[in-house]
Amino acid sequence: MLSKRIIPCLDVKDGRVVKGIQFVDIRDAGDPVELAKVYDQQGADELVFLDISASHEGKKTMIDVVRSVASELAIPFTVGGGIRTLEDIKETLRNGADKVSLNSSAVQRPELITEGADYFGSQCIVVAIDARYDEDLKLWRVYTHGGRTPTDWEVTDWAQEAVRLGAGEILLTSMNKDGEKTGFDLPLLEAVQKVVSVPVIASGGAGSSEHFYEVFTEVDADAALAASIFHYKETSVMNVKSYLKERGVTVR
Amino acid sequence: MIGIIDYGMGNLFSVSKALERLDVPYKVGDRPEKISECDGYILPGVGAFPDAMKALGDHGFIPFIKEKVNEGVPIYGICLGMQLLFESSEEGGQTEGLGLFPGTIVKFPGVDENGSSYKVPHMGWNRLNIHQPDKGLLNEVGEDFVYFVHSFVVQTDHREILYATSDYHLEVPAIIGRGNLVASQFHPEKSGEPGMRLLENFCKVMVKQ
Repeated sequence: MLSKRIIPCLDVKDGRVVKGIQFVDIRDAGDPVELAKVYDQQGADELVFLDISASHEGKKTMIDVVRSVASELAIPFTVGGGIRTLEDIKETLRNGADKVSLNSSAVQRPELITEGADYFGSQCIVVAIDARYDEDLKLWRVYTHGGRTPTDWEVTDWAQEAVRLGAGEILLTSMNKDGEKTGFDLPLLEAVQKVVSVPVIASGGAGSSEHFYEVFTEVDADAALAASIFHYKETSVMNVKSYLKERGVTVR
Repeated sequence: MIGIIDYGMGNLFSVSKALERLDVPYKVGDRPEKISECDGYILPGVGAFPDAMKALGDHGFIPFIKEKVNEGVPIYGICLGMQLLFESSEEGGQTEGLGLFPGTIVKFPGVDENGSSYKVPHMGWNRLNIHQPDKGLLNEVGEDFVYFVHSFVVQTDHREILYATSDYHLEVPAIIGRGNLVASQFHPEKSGEPGMRLLENFCKVMVKQ
């Protein structure tokens, strides 16, 4: 039986991890490779690196980060942020990433999903979806550009379309829950889980080990992603996993 | 010296770096003559079966691999590189493989015996069930979790080649072997410590350096 995956997410800007990660015993807290190693030692099942560099130079630096991570770690990792063309996908994967995550670029040009999946296989193509609940229309709307731009897509429609086009996995972030630490957005995750046949990674809202338990047992998410609770040492991957294991959830 | 077979369809970077971490000398070659004198070979592979067979042929590796297997040179196939070693695959129509292991490659049905559907690809960390613990490749490898990602799976009646399997709605052949020809469905270079141990066993126990 597959284990449930715990995935720390690191925001990288110009080759450095940002958002001030508070680990002890690390000389240079901004080094993505050092932090990746710590998470690996804690038992992270996978890592996501989100490149938030705005400049062309920053993007180039990201490729060096990808190479270093792939050189030193033996766990899978995904790279997202600013991947717009098949060439970007090729460059990222050839330098050692296992998957790329497409967000705004996939909404703007959905064929990119198919191009990537045809070339490397669906398992390499993650479509990241940011969704916010629209109180008036009573539906979840898809946003792009870091949550700034609303689209006409309803989330289950877009998720199904992304899978039809070749997405091998959906990384689903609830904008309503993101940063709140009150738990994952179970209704949103359930709605998407029901309509897609590929793994769904829950994101947004993790505040405690209990929240991971909820998302794995109540909506059967395949994986759960978190950033700040791990970065700020509110808990560790290890703690979350032992909590889950005690309660009968299969973890590595 | 390990030769990494480069036919344009593998994630060579991660495999190469894993060998460097293990301090194993290797070279990468895209034609048989460039790596003909190695003591053992790794056949990686990502992508679709028909494309991969065609690429192997275009690079002149089909007779080369068969010859090396006949000579008893150790070879390790990874992921699609493992599937290519079987007789055929139904991926993209029926395609002939290298025929070095008995069995065929089929798509995960996505529906179990009770009619309930499950997710394909088989993606994530799954536990190994070891059937032949005495094999050198499995030195100090326990019933650990390793990282799978695949939509097609080996189907074989020859249980003697199953070193280890994993359960995902059906019995998934995970580590295969016969003599000096071995393979794994998962990526050892992405499977943490147990994966690295498998690579190390292949390079240092099976291959006489």
